[in-house]
Amino acid sequence: MKKFISVILAAVLLFSVSATAAAASEQVTLNVYNWGEYIDLSVIDRFEEAYPNIKINYTTYDSNESMYSKIVSGAASYDIVIPSDYMISKLIQEDMLSELDFGNIPNYKYIGEAFKNLSYDPDNKYTVPYFWGTVVVIYNSAHIDEEDVKDQSVNLLWNEKYSGKILMFDNPRDAFALALVSLGYSMNSENADEWKEAAELLNKQKPLVQAYVMDAIFDKMESGEAWIAPYYAGDALIIQESNPDIRYYMPKEGTNMFFDSMCVLKTSEHKKEAETFINFMCEPEIAALNAETVGYATPNTEAKKLLDPAITSNEVVYPSDDYLINNTDVFVNLSQETQKIQSDLWTDLKIESSEGEDEGSAVSSITIIAVVVVIAAAAGIIYAAVRKSKRKKAWEQDDSENK
Amino acid sequence: MNKLSAKTRITLTAPFTVWMAVFVVVPIGLVLFYALTDASGSFTLQNLSSIWAYRKTYVLSLELAFVATVLCLLLAYPLAYSISKMKARRQQTMVLLVMLPMWMNFLIRTYAWMTILEDTGLINTFLKSFLSLFGFQFQGFSMINTNGAIILGMVYNFLPYMILPIYTVLTKIDGSVIEAAKDLGADGFNIFTRVILPQSVPGIISGITMVFVPAVSTFIISKLLGGGMTFLIGDIIENYFLGNTGEVNYNVGAALSLVLMVLILISMGIMNRFDGEKDPKGGAPV
Repeated sequence: MKKFISVILAAVLLFSVSATAAAASEQVTLNVYNWGEYIDLSVIDRFEEAYPNIKINYTTYDSNESMYSKIVSGAASYDIVIPSDYMISKLIQEDMLSELDFGNIPNYKYIGEAFKNLSYDPDNKYTVPYFWGTVVVIYNSAHIDEEDVKDQSVNLLWNEKYSGKILMFDNPRDAFALALVSLGYSMNSENADEWKEAAELLNKQKPLVQAYVMDAIFDKMESGEAWIAPYYAGDALIIQESNPDIRYYMPKEGTNMFFDSMCVLKTSEHKKEAETFINFMCEPEIAALNAETVGYATPNTEAKKLLDPAITSNEVVYPSDDYLINNTDVFVNLSQETQKIQSDLWTDLKIESSEGEDEGSAVSSITIIAVVVVIAAAAGIIYAAVRKSKRKKAWEQDDSENK
Repeated sequence: MNKLSAKTRITLTAPFTVWMAVFVVVPIGLVLFYALTDASGSFTLQNLSSIWAYRKTYVLSLELAFVATVLCLLLAYPLAYSISKMKARRQQTMVLLVMLPMWMNFLIRTYAWMTILEDTGLINTFLKSFLSLFGFQFQGFSMINTNGAIILGMVYNFLPYMILPIYTVLTKIDGSVIEAAKDLGADGFNIFTRVILPQSVPGIISGITMVFVPAVSTFIISKLLGGGMTFLIGDIIENYFLGNTGEVNYNVGAALSLVLMVLILISMGIMNRFDGEKDPKGGAPV
């Protein structure tokens, strides 16, 4: 009896596979738009092998904002995007995401309960979480005194002792969040005065900062060029792989907890195939593969079991629920006014330096003066030479006339 | 042969005219439109007046681009001149060498400079270990994340654009003109200043244009080599269009671009005037 059933099941399965294959025999191209270095690229090949009629066109972005402006401009049409929490709530507010048919995403059942119905998508209609993580403070233990990191404070980023060796986020949302947290305010503050205070703190930090960077943090921390940087927890692990002196901690003042979730855009013409892709990404084996490569925390409970226990027991990658509840905050979409304040304050911070950074402008003015002197000298020599030769000619002419 | 019929002329220029219309005139029209309207599409001068806040950034961008252009010119002219004096086969090799770096991606080349200039980079590591052989303690130069590093990046990346047009012009100078000058008793210096230099002015002008314009609007060089410490005007325009700082505003972004375009046009105008003045005085081949 059992055999009979399995034969029937196999037949049904075969039939349904061939049926779907026949129905969708035409090639479909899915445009997937994801963060850079945020997938194990072999996953795409495996997907295309499993679904030969779907081709993946995979492109990447480096900030939520550039992703947003690209999809708003309509310059390219994407099917799947993987933005972060506050950007998702913005996309939902602007009616740009389509509601998912979870019937097509059976693997959604592997997503942990703690990662469903999150604040940016309260009824969980639009998103399937891909990765989550927190912002941590990374430092090089070969150069930083034990004393200075003992209190595990975010203020290490403002420590004058390490002037010129500190890196900072080159995006205002993350940078301001650190300053706001340091001041004890909410990183989702809507109070203009609190933002101004945070901006002052960032201005104070500026002379200590070596550079404002995003992905360049990897290089600069690995080589020891910089010693202190705030960054995303998963990346801290990757940096540590190439430089064993790297340590990191979760700031005691609290930090940002972020989610990157898979969504399907309303403009997508292949919603069903997109859901197939999302479902594939939630396959425990695939999710584990991605988590291993990317280093961020996976919300997929089955995938987590497949991972190296050394990673899953790491408090920084998978912090305790206690810390998450008490010390972390998720970004929400700021109001239009606050976004404008943030933008203006950030631009001021970057413009101020052009006058504030004496050393740099001194260098450039010296070069300018040198150049001007050289030009003036050259012009003088040329002018003198031309006059001399003219005079000589006039002489010669006089001479010949006299003769 | 000299005169084409009107019909042929139109047919021949049609592809280019269409190209220019679609990809140059329309975008400039769009920039103008966005610069002079607000979010709702009605006319305003607000965008242009709000730009006053960025005057320092304009000055800094123009300053850096100016220095980079002058340095390019000073480096490129002697090189282009000596290449143009070489044997034909040698010239080919040299031009190839000039263009060689352009085969690599612009970003990768700039990234490479980052690791060269860093405190723990190539130059400093070498100097430190070299000097420590003799017992010197060397702190290292701090080169990265300064305006000097930005200028270096500009010069390095845009130098070929200065060398090539000057070289092309120099090779086209008729050798018999120089012989004639020699016959008339001009010495080497006079040949250069009164025959060669004036005839190479068109090359210099196009070289300056091709270096200055991308240098003044760059944003990636300042980000990578300047450490994101100072915004150049390109950074601010990028931010307004991409919303990296949280605010997307095509109107102010377009106004910034418009002002930049006008500034570039003015500098080009001044330069072309310079060209015009030089020609009649200089040794035009007669």
